[in-house]
Parts: sequence; structure tokens; C-alpha cells
Amino acid sequence: MRATHSIHGGIHPTEAKALSAPGTVLDAGIPDKLVLPLSQHIGRQPDVIVEVGETVKGGQVLALGDGPMSVPLHAPTSGTITAIDDRAVPHPSGLTNRCIELSCDGADNWVALEGLSNWREVDRTALISAISQAGVAGMGGAGFPTAVKLNSPATQPIRTLIINGTECEPYISADDTLMQIDAPAIVEGAEILAHIVNAEEILFAVEDNKPIALAAMQEAVDASDSNCRREVMSFPTKYPSGGEKQLIEILTGQQVPSGGLPAHLGIVCQNPGTAVAVREAVLMGKPLTERIVTLTGQALNKPGNYRVRLGTPISHLLAVTAFDPKDNQRLIHGGPMMGFALESSDVPVIKTTNCVLVPTEQELPTPPPAQACIRCGLCAEACPASLLPQQLYWYARAKDQEQLEKHHLFDCIECGACSWVCPSHIPLVQYYRAAKGSIVDARAEKTRSDRSRDRFEARQERVERELAAREAQRAARRAAAQKKAEQGADDDPIAAAIARAKAKKQTAEDPQSTPAGDDQS
Amino acid sequence: MSFIETQPLLAALIALLGLGATFGAILGFASIRFRTEGNPLADQINQILPQTQCGQCGYPGCKPYATAIADGDAINKCPPGGQETIDALADLLDVESMTLDAEHGEEKAPKVAFIREEECIGCTKCIQACPVDAILGAAKLMHTVIADECTGCDLCLDPCPVDCIDMIERKNGIQHWRWELPSDNLIASDRAAA
Repeated sequence: MRATHSIHGGIHPTEAKALSAPGTVLDAGIPDKLVLPLSQHIGRQPDVIVEVGETVKGGQVLALGDGPMSVPLHAPTSGTITAIDDRAVPHPSGLTNRCIELSCDGADNWVALEGLSNWREVDRTALISAISQAGVAGMGGAGFPTAVKLNSPATQPIRTLIINGTECEPYISADDTLMQIDAPAIVEGAEILAHIVNAEEILFAVEDNKPIALAAMQEAVDASDSNCRREVMSFPTKYPSGGEKQLIEILTGQQVPSGGLPAHLGIVCQNPGTAVAVREAVLMGKPLTERIVTLTGQALNKPGNYRVRLGTPISHLLAVTAFDPKDNQRLIHGGPMMGFALESSDVPVIKTTNCVLVPTEQELPTPPPAQACIRCGLCAEACPASLLPQQLYWYARAKDQEQLEKHHLFDCIECGACSWVCPSHIPLVQYYRAAKGSIVDARAEKTRSDRSRDRFEARQERVERELAAREAQRAARRAAAQKKAEQGADDDPIAAAIARAKAKKQTAEDPQSTPAGDDQS
Repeated sequence: MSFIETQPLLAALIALLGLGATFGAILGFASIRFRTEGNPLADQINQILPQTQCGQCGYPGCKPYATAIADGDAINKCPPGGQETIDALADLLDVESMTLDAEHGEEKAPKVAFIREEECIGCTKCIQACPVDAILGAAKLMHTVIADECTGCDLCLDPCPVDCIDMIERKNGIQHWRWELPSDNLIASDRAAA
């Protein structure tokens, strides 16, 4: 095995992964109703193509992707569409967004699915389109449409595919479980992905706190053939090794340039869940309609990894896991480091829901009020992106956008390591998120106002030109009238008309005066 | 004996006058040769103004107001820009920041015009009023707003004879939501008192 590298900073929070018993998958069942938000990925919302009252089968398309940065949405089971309206969705804002409500009939009838078993002979565009049509979006947390990521331009050939099974966030064990039970499928999915991007090597990255998953992956790799060089790589557990840029540095020693993408280094990263979804999309034509979700926390009596249909309300999952409401304060979507609190349990599971954490107050206490920064510098030591969190904090407070950009705010991966080590409990990441948002808005406003200025000036110019043209026309008319008046002060129009008539008459009587020229010949 | 030694005072005077004349000539030449077109300060101010072209400041557009500010007008007459614009202008001009002059209107969330198309009679009056040509249509044909180009200036509302234009908020919905800065530091002892 080749040597791995180390990254700057990082922390070692309590893992608590054993709580959800990685390695076994339980079934969360089919709830009475599924609520399917249209936006479960980064990018444009797809267009609904079903109507209220329509009966649908599992796997049927409910909404069609609108452009490349959009993925379609499929029915996770059979039933009737009972509503299309705005509902609460899992989002830190707690705002509503357009959702389709599907009342399940429990029969779970599916449409006939058709896959491409001979994928090695199929053109890469056909494979990418199959992945896009199956609604696959990154399942690690960000939800970037997978097809877009695979469609890198020819100017940036991909050499290395990394399957990111790091899962460095505490509590979560969904990827660990998937690797333990379905390693051959992950390996086959990775083969398809490598075939699409034409990669030379595949690296399977697993942290050393998952020995069973590591062994399972190694076994699956050894048991299968491949055109690529493949390696299962293990490295010391540290949060946040699973960050895309961090993982690339650990595995290859190369740093993704500031503001750049892994593709600039010829690397593409995918989550194991995404690899399995890609395999199912290509081999079976099966759309992404379910995923493994870690339901964990000490307030649940039956925590574990559950196979959950997308759209399942979290309230249903709380019932399945025997939730004990008496000592719970919070409901967290995602892990304890990067997740966000949900305002209600009436929100559904979406493509990016890898974990629902229901901790007790003793287990994960509410952070105490923030105190003043004592400039200890622990945050700078913990930052995996080698930033200066303290400087960023001051500039974010001062809303100094210029300095924030100079200090590379946009290289912050929002991992929360700085807040975790902060002895003053300052919610640093929230400052950075707010600052990023306002800079993004300010940039958009700047582009907008520049365009408005151009349009305004262009219009101004046009109006002036038209006015000048009209003025010139008017002046020309006036001048012509004046000239005429000066010339013909004596000949009034009546006399002129008489003269014209006379001349005409004379011409008619005297053919010699016509310029026909017959006489000369 | 040289002239410098016989007439030191006169020599110094001639030397200084000579230098003055030379540099004056150079400066005079430079001021003509490297003349800046327009008013650079007004352009910088115009960069900061939001380009809504709404005329709420009392000038027919952002550029005229920018020129007026460069000539000494108050910096707090732009409601669409709001406090942020005033602060940026104060920073640029190195003057004390002030609050928005309420006489010119109040700061509102950015809007976009929307024509209720079934009511539009196709009179082209709004098209003529739009400062950024963001309304599309022709006489006796339905008009519509190019939402991406609309600055939300309200100038099309008044000319409309059938009142079929609505101003709707541009940034509502989950896509436009942004994290807020955490509320200010509160130390434990303050919290007990609060």
C-alpha cells in the first residue's frame, strides 16, 4: 500500500458510531404518505409532470429535470398523488418549498425497469444520461448532480477516481454499513464511474476506525477484475478527513488550488452510496428512490441504519426507532458537526439525508452563550484548510468583504472544527456562512447593477439619437419651407399650376418638341 | 569673473524663474496631453449606486445623481441602495456616514415588476417609461417584463392606464435565504442579568 499524507489541523471528537450498530440494515417500512420535495439537490428545481389525483407506480417520473443542473424525481412506491404544495423541507432556514405528496397504497407496484447490462460497450454520454435520468445526486451531503460531475470537459482528463468512504463525521455509519454489506456493488459502481470518466486508477478511501468495512472492500476488490489500477487505502481517523479537498491531500499529497476543483488535478470524488446508485441506474435502470439513513442518538430506543424511502417523514422514523421524547431537546439533520437543527419532525428524508441525530441533552448539550474571543489561536491550529478563523471572525463581524476574500473565506469547508475547539463557544461557522452569503449576494447585485447601467446608458444614447434625428428632420422641413417661401414670393401656387397646365398643352400640340428624337434619324 | 559671482542674486533669480518656466511648461503640456475624459469621481460614485434608475433621488437616473454627489450633493438620497450604499459612499468620499433621507423614500426589499398579462391592453406606455428597456411588447400586443433585467424602479406603474402592473419581491423563497450573522456576544454574567 502506498503511503498516505497528513493534513493540517483537524480534531478528534467522540465518535459514538457504535451506537447505530454499523453493519446491519433495518427496514423503515412504507409510511402512509411520502412527501417529496422537488429540490433535493444543488441546482434547478425539476418540473412537475403529474397531477393531483393521478395514480402512480414506483419508479415513475414525477418531475422532469430542467436543464443540466437539475435531476428528475421518481415515485419511491405506488400510490396516489394527493397534493402538490409548499411544505416544510429539511433546510436550515425552516422555510417551505414545493413538494409532491404521495399517499402510498402499500402494494409497492413498480414500473418495468430496463438497464444496460453491457455497459462496457456503451458510449459514455449514454451512461451519463442514464445516471441523470435516474435522478442520481451526490449522496454524501451536498447533493451535486452526479451526471454533471462526470461530464468534465475533454481539456481536463480525469486520471483518478476516489470513492470517499471516509465518513469522518461522528455518529454517522451509513456509508460504513453500506461498505460492510454491499462492497461488491460499490466496487462495480466504481468500475462504471471509472469507465465513464476514463480513469486510470480507483482509490477506495476508508478511515482506520472501520476495520470491517475496510476488509470487505479489500475482499471485493480482490474478487473482481478491472482495467484500472485499484487500491483500498486506509489512514488514521481524524475529522474532517472526508472533506473532498482534505481527502485528496491525504491520498495523493496534492492540494486542490484555492477556488479550484479536484478536476483541475485530474481527480473526481464520489460517495459509496452514489456508486451503488450509479450501478443500479446503469445495470437495472433503477432510479434513486431510497437510501440508507443513520438514525441515532440516545433519545432513540432502537437506533440503527435504516433503509428509508425518500420522502418518508422523520416523524414516521421517530416512531419506528421508538423515540423517547422526555429527554430530547433537538432534532439534527446530518451529523453533529455539520448538520443543522430541524424545527419540526414533519419534514421528509431527501437524497442528501445521511443521518438524523436525536441526542439527549446530556449527550450533546446546547452550546453555552458565546463569550468574547480571547485570541488563543486554537481555531487556526484546528483549521483543516489552513485558514485564519480568528481573522475571518473579526472581518465577518466588521462585514469587511474585501478582507474576507483576501483571507480566502471561500476555501472554508464549514467543517466546524474551529467552533469545536473554541473555548469561548463562538459559533464561528455561522459567521462564515453569513459572510459567504452576503458576498455571494453582493457579487450578484454588482453584476446586475453593471448590466442595468449598460442598458440605461444604451437606452439614453438611443433616445438622444432618435431625438436628434427627429430634430434634424424638423429642421430640414423648416429650411425647405423657408427656401420655397423665399424663391416663390411672386409665383403663388395657382399661377404655377396654370403655367404647368399651359406647358403640358403646348407639348401635346407640338410633337417636334418631344425628345423622342425620331426626326434626326 | 563669471556672471554668477558678479550678480549672485540675479543669477539665482534667473535660475529659479527658468526652472519654474520649464516645469510649468511640462505641467501645462501634461494637462492637455493626458487630460481625463469625464469626471472620474462621478464614475466611481456611479459604480456604487445601485443603478435602479428610479429617480427617487430627484435626478433622472443614477449617473446624474453621481455627478451631483461629486459636486457636493448629499449622499443619503438613494432609497434602493439603502444604508449599505450610503456607508460605501461615505467611505469613498471620506465623509461622515448618515442615515437615509426619509423625504426620498424608505429602504425596501428589491422588487421586480410583473404585468398581469390578461389585463394588459398593449398601450406601450410602460415600455416608454422603462429606463432599462426591460419591457417587451408592441402596440396592441401584450407586454411582458424581462424579469432578469428589471431594476424594480416603479416607473412603469404610474403610466399604466389599466393598472395591471404589480411589484413583487425579487428575493423570496428558500433559494434566496441566507444565514444571518449570530447576534452579538453575550457573556454569561450579562445573560443572567438580561
